Amino acid sequence: MRKIVIFAAAALLATACSANTAGTSDAAAPGAAPAAPGKDATSVGFIFVGPKDDYGYNQAAYQGSQVVAKAFPDLKVITAENVPEDDNAARVMNSMIAKGAKIIFATSYGHLDAALKVAAEHPDVAVVQQGNLITGTPPKNAGTFFGTVYEPVYLAGIAAGKATKTGKLGYVYAFPISQSIDNINAFELGAQSVNPSAKTYTVNTSSWCDPAKQAEAAANLLKQDVDVITQHQDCTATVIKATEAAGKYSVGYHADASSIAPKGWLTGSQWNWGPLYTDIVKTARAGSFTGSKYNANFRVGYKTGDNPFVQSPYGPLVDAGTKAAIDKAKAMLSTGSPFAGPITDQGGKVRIPKGTIPDYETIEKIDYFVSGVVGSLPKS
Amino acid sequence: MLFVDVLAGGVRGGTAIMFGALGETVSERAGVVNLGTEGCMLIGALGGYATAAETGSPWLGLLAGAVVGGLLALVHALLVIWRRADQFATGLTLMFLGLGLTSLYGATYVGKAAPGFAPVNVPLLADIPVIGEVLFRHDPVTYLSFVAAPALWWWLRNTKGGLLLRTAGERADVLHVHGYRPGLIRGRAVVAGGALAGIGGAQLSTAYAHAWFEGMTAGRGFIAVALVIFAAWRPIWVMAGSYLFGAALALAPALQARGYALNQFALDALPFVITLVILAVLGKRTLRAAPEELRRVFESAPSK
Repeated sequence: MRKIVIFAAAALLATACSANTAGTSDAAAPGAAPAAPGKDATSVGFIFVGPKDDYGYNQAAYQGSQVVAKAFPDLKVITAENVPEDDNAARVMNSMIAKGAKIIFATSYGHLDAALKVAAEHPDVAVVQQGNLITGTPPKNAGTFFGTVYEPVYLAGIAAGKATKTGKLGYVYAFPISQSIDNINAFELGAQSVNPSAKTYTVNTSSWCDPAKQAEAAANLLKQDVDVITQHQDCTATVIKATEAAGKYSVGYHADASSIAPKGWLTGSQWNWGPLYTDIVKTARAGSFTGSKYNANFRVGYKTGDNPFVQSPYGPLVDAGTKAAIDKAKAMLSTGSPFAGPITDQGGKVRIPKGTIPDYETIEKIDYFVSGVVGSLPKS
Repeated sequence: MLFVDVLAGGVRGGTAIMFGALGETVSERAGVVNLGTEGCMLIGALGGYATAAETGSPWLGLLAGAVVGGLLALVHALLVIWRRADQFATGLTLMFLGLGLTSLYGATYVGKAAPGFAPVNVPLLADIPVIGEVLFRHDPVTYLSFVAAPALWWWLRNTKGGLLLRTAGERADVLHVHGYRPGLIRGRAVVAGGALAGIGGAQLSTAYAHAWFEGMTAGRGFIAVALVIFAAWRPIWVMAGSYLFGAALALAPALQARGYALNQFALDALPFVITLVILAVLGKRTLRAAPEELRRVFESAPSK
């Protein structure tokens, strides 16, 4: 009996500790005049909202951190998984700083508040956050960064528009946040560019990963003759397997899942954070973080450089004509945008006028579905 | 047809909940509340998926789900019956233990492929309009659940084992008088209940979602516990209630896939609103139907 109790207690402890690094006590950062944030850092910290092996968002971020470790052999890379999007995040970041970290990557959308708090307390530490936007002028030692996720999704939409036989595409998403709205719109716009009558049917699950809800969403979309399904979920296997089992086409997200959809895999979008992380670390270590492009809401797309969000490999069904159409669109994106006007919303109102190419920030603030998307945005 | 799709979705999504709720029924009819059903389902989901992945057999996976679900429930039985620990505190802790153990050992199975149960159309029956689509185009585990609920009802009612179990839940001291050990009967009931919940979890991962992900039961174990109360501890009502919940969960995607503009957040609340409405309508009647010994749980620990 006692053994069981000890075992239970140990297991509970293991759970409780998984959201933390093996913590040392917080020590306030000393220093009279703060050095340039992150200058000559010997240690860098990464926090992730989920497990590092989720075959999705967090795994990609973790892999990026390991690229940083490889690129700078003299740099210690500290990582923490399952860090919640609340004050615990600040606690974990502070304990990393106490261990010597001078650069912190807070990699989840909801880590922003904690990241800014930590940045204010430690002017000598560079704190960058992945995916959110700082309103107003960012402090000298903080910034956000992200890719233009919707650009490769637009390209995948072209593959979907070409592949569909019924003209009905399906999109399983979690919450009506700006990233998802942009992705859904871009997917539909990509499909429309080659198949004007294609429609995208949306189902949301109100969860980043509830596989049973995903199964139900996929079953219903397939029942409505949708024959290409994509998603914005943290775990992606369920929807892809259901689609493959029905003999329909899959467009992936977060990771290359062609191995579980050998027949119906078209293409998808996946992360490649390594180069961007490395450049941020390099900038901060050189002492030039403040005033750099990373000391702002940095966004990178095909227009401005290497998008950390790249297209997944093609599946066997994608023909040469589709690949050519995608190459053409990719070339267009180096100067244009999926959201180049005219963009019309579901009600038929022109939201982005003809000839206008909106900037990244405008696109992240889109709060409507474009014409051709079926479904309504849930209002909270 | 929307109606048919929602009902079919109700059966699809209700099966895992039903196994969890049948397990809870067995446990509670013997006088023990197991709030850890969520944990038993979760560990069953991982055990089932991992075993299917390693052995290549979803049936072995289902068996493994039952075994690990039962083992986790054994912890509850030992603490509650032998050590006379508080049932509610122990049950909740059990849930967290299940969550912790599965995220610890489940990481390697996230995204790993495993063979699962595919839907099998029942010959002839599957072709009946409406009924065929709602009931007879599912995975084998769902068909198993069609048998499990009536079988449990029959067993509780007509067998000596069922009588002893019910007596443990109603008048444990009578068992003492006749030379039985109520603690042992209860312990077996709790473990069997955990095993049923484990099967429910394994159905979720190997037959419905075809994937393992940490926390994938997402509260279905708690729905199962609530369900038992408003089904008045009767297996057939549990069956009906599970399908009602399943249908409530299936309504949102069915409407959205058809392009209906509805508030998703309101639809998400629907299963819980249904629970509250039913509890409000039934009121005190739900408690009157409770096994006698179970009512004592609310006052103090059950007799040993």
